[in-house]
Amino acid sequence: MTSRIDTTGVRMGMWFFLYSEIILFGGLFVLYAVYFHNHSHYFAEGGKELNRIIGSLNTVVLLVSSFTVAASITAIQREKKGQAVGLLLFSLLCGFVFLVNKYFEWGTKIHHDIYPNSATLQDGAPGLNIFFGLYYVITGLHGLHVIIGMILLTISLVLILRGRITASRFAMLENSGLYWHLVDLIWIFVFPLFYLVL
Amino acid sequence: MVIMSSDLQDGIMTETQSFFETPSPRGLTGVKAWLLTHDHKRLGLMYMWAILFWFVVAMILGLLMRTELMSQGRTIMGPEVYNSMFTLHGVIMIFLFAIPAIPAIFGNFFLPIQLGTDDVFFPRLNLFSWYLFMFGGLFAIFSLFFGGGFPDTGWTFYVPFSVSTKGNVSLTVTAAFILGMSSMLTGLNFVTTFHRMRHKDMALMQIPLFTWSLYATAWVQILATPVISITFVLVMMERFLAIGLFEPDKGGDPLLYQHLFWMYSHPAVYIMILPGMGVISEIIPVFSRKSIFGYKAIVISSMAIAIAGSLVWAHHMYTSGMSDVSVFVFSLLTFIVAVPSAVKVFSWVSTMYKGSIQMSPPLFLSLCFIYLFTVGGLTGLVLGAAGTDIHVHDTHFVVAHFHFVMLGGTGFAFFAALHYWWPKMFGVMYRFRPAYIGAVSAALGFVFHFVPMLILGLQGMPRRYYDYLPRYETGNFLAGFGAYLLVAGVLVMFVNLLLSLRNPRTAPSNPWGGTTLEWSIPSPPPMENFIEPPVIKGFPYDFSEIVARSQQDGR
Amino acid sequence: MKTTEQTHILSYGKLALVLVLLLMLTGMTVAVSYVHMGFWNVPVALTIASLKASLVLLFFMHLKYEGPVIRYSFLSTVFFLAIMIGFTFWDVAFR
Repeated sequence: MTSRIDTTGVRMGMWFFLYSEIILFGGLFVLYAVYFHNHSHYFAEGGKELNRIIGSLNTVVLLVSSFTVAASITAIQREKKGQAVGLLLFSLLCGFVFLVNKYFEWGTKIHHDIYPNSATLQDGAPGLNIFFGLYYVITGLHGLHVIIGMILLTISLVLILRGRITASRFAMLENSGLYWHLVDLIWIFVFPLFYLVL
Repeated sequence: MVIMSSDLQDGIMTETQSFFETPSPRGLTGVKAWLLTHDHKRLGLMYMWAILFWFVVAMILGLLMRTELMSQGRTIMGPEVYNSMFTLHGVIMIFLFAIPAIPAIFGNFFLPIQLGTDDVFFPRLNLFSWYLFMFGGLFAIFSLFFGGGFPDTGWTFYVPFSVSTKGNVSLTVTAAFILGMSSMLTGLNFVTTFHRMRHKDMALMQIPLFTWSLYATAWVQILATPVISITFVLVMMERFLAIGLFEPDKGGDPLLYQHLFWMYSHPAVYIMILPGMGVISEIIPVFSRKSIFGYKAIVISSMAIAIAGSLVWAHHMYTSGMSDVSVFVFSLLTFIVAVPSAVKVFSWVSTMYKGSIQMSPPLFLSLCFIYLFTVGGLTGLVLGAAGTDIHVHDTHFVVAHFHFVMLGGTGFAFFAALHYWWPKMFGVMYRFRPAYIGAVSAALGFVFHFVPMLILGLQGMPRRYYDYLPRYETGNFLAGFGAYLLVAGVLVMFVNLLLSLRNPRTAPSNPWGGTTLEWSIPSPPPMENFIEPPVIKGFPYDFSEIVARSQQDGR
Repeated sequence: MKTTEQTHILSYGKLALVLVLLLMLTGMTVAVSYVHMGFWNVPVALTIASLKASLVLLFFMHLKYEGPVIRYSFLSTVFFLAIMIGFTFWDVAFR
């Protein structure tokens, strides 16, 4: 049984799992769409309060990390173990930078008394409350996925170092990579929806 | 006793002995051989015992509720207990019985065999799904005893009540979340198996209909389940963080909860019924000794139901205050779903027409299915039409309707599947007479139980009410009587099956004259399912050989 | 048996090109957000986001080189997501 490694099938399973992740976020995007329709003015107002520089920076960080993950697969296929390890380490660093940015971003907001059920939001306009409510839920869930993605990449890294992921057998790396790209994919939509609505 | 040389014996053992005797992975013994197994057949059986347990528990809860309603006022329980009880009955029946029952038990056991392969694509993931299923069940039990007790919201967990009630909603929705994961991963496994492990000689139009229906179901499981997961996460967040996403004075919209909820839960009714339809499509041709009528139409209708079923969720919300335009659109779309379901019923009946019908418990239960499911489907049209729905919304009519579909449909298909595949799974044959008695009693009880409820609903008796006006007493009493008959019948069927396990394993490999691959291998199947490479028929329901053989025997 | 089929290797150069395109699109979407176009800001931002997502999917995630099962099932997922959002608006937009 172990002799059978159908990498296409393994990848297929991962894609199906990613669909479920897309729909998971999709439920939140349904909420976003409706509330944007109901409170578009307040969404624009809320969007201006988010730090566009940090948002853009995080977008760049994630895009670059996606590139390095994709490149690490190329490296493994070309049997360049050292390059693959370096690229993955860099991707993990990017993920870490993203989380640190997020931490400071959330911290500042919370410092300004903007967090779920805070006095400012409760007494303020309902539209703003919804905007920031969604902001925390969606970026929070996304952050959780970043952490999971980093764990998967770390596992792949360890497996590469131990020689368990090689040019002929790299399904685990490929699937972790797919997961990481999904995290990037979600962010590509979250970024304009929250930081650039005007 | 025959003594063989040990090498030879080992070789023969692992190939031909049943999966009960050969653990997978090898070397596991005792209870470990079950709890750590990768074998899809063992996992199917493990699901079966768990699901039977939950089914009986929820059935007894339902019986207690019906007993409470048999006479006016307090009979055996207080109103709070009653509220928790209908919630518990709903949650268990939906998440721990109807959704997993047929895919997790019979799907796990027979999908790989019908595809001519030795296991599902991700055997370890399959084991993991089973553990998720068990943990989900454990969480549901925990929620009974921790915090504010079991929720009293009904299985729909509608906001704002589910956010404000003292009942332990958080734990219960966590349970449902975990069970959803389990169901989703099972679907993922099946789709991958379907595409990657199907026998290389088996083209798409040579796949048995049960497997096709599981394939359609699996897609709904993958794509719809995450919606309920995120909805339940949001309910928990509302309870812990009070964000206000569904609260009008904080800018939220409570109707959106209902939209999200039904975006999953309507497709979920197709997760429940599609595999049942697949079972019926297997049983009817076998006992009619005749190829299935409209094979392609049934395949297409399975996929069509899966797709169209995802477009109609808001027909649960006609009276909730959503826009008239959407009432109109969703009512229209709802009628479209009726078409593929009707195609299937038409095909089953046409298959039996001029067939040489051989009565047996599985066929009898399938006939009950066709009858009860048709009533359920037609009353569904009454509810799908926006005008009539206003009159019967949230009454006993609705409750009776979905019991016709879920119990009369999925439930009876489940019983039929049990009786159809029992000899294959355990290698034992059960007694027919008690099976018939149980089936007749269950079907009669069912009619006594739910037809009065249809009438009560038309007369205006609301659902989920603890007490009622005097004029509803006769109907409620009759329904209670029917419930006892129904439960008795189900228990007779189950006990009869369980008693058969004491018999020696002498069931032939093909007791019914089936043509799909599972009937070409020994009962119970060996570890790797096929001893010799399977021979794929040009058409899976080709009965010419079976008929020819029985004619020879007759002469 | 299927190992030969998936040996499609994307060169560093090609991947880097995709990254450059992605970064350019990011710059574009940020720049466009400063221009006031009223209603059109949202569709433009979403179109750019979709373009970026397509690039990630096609090249980083190798969707371009996958078989029909993954391709069509991915499209179905997107279709289902569109239904989820779109059909909710039968209600919300006409309330």
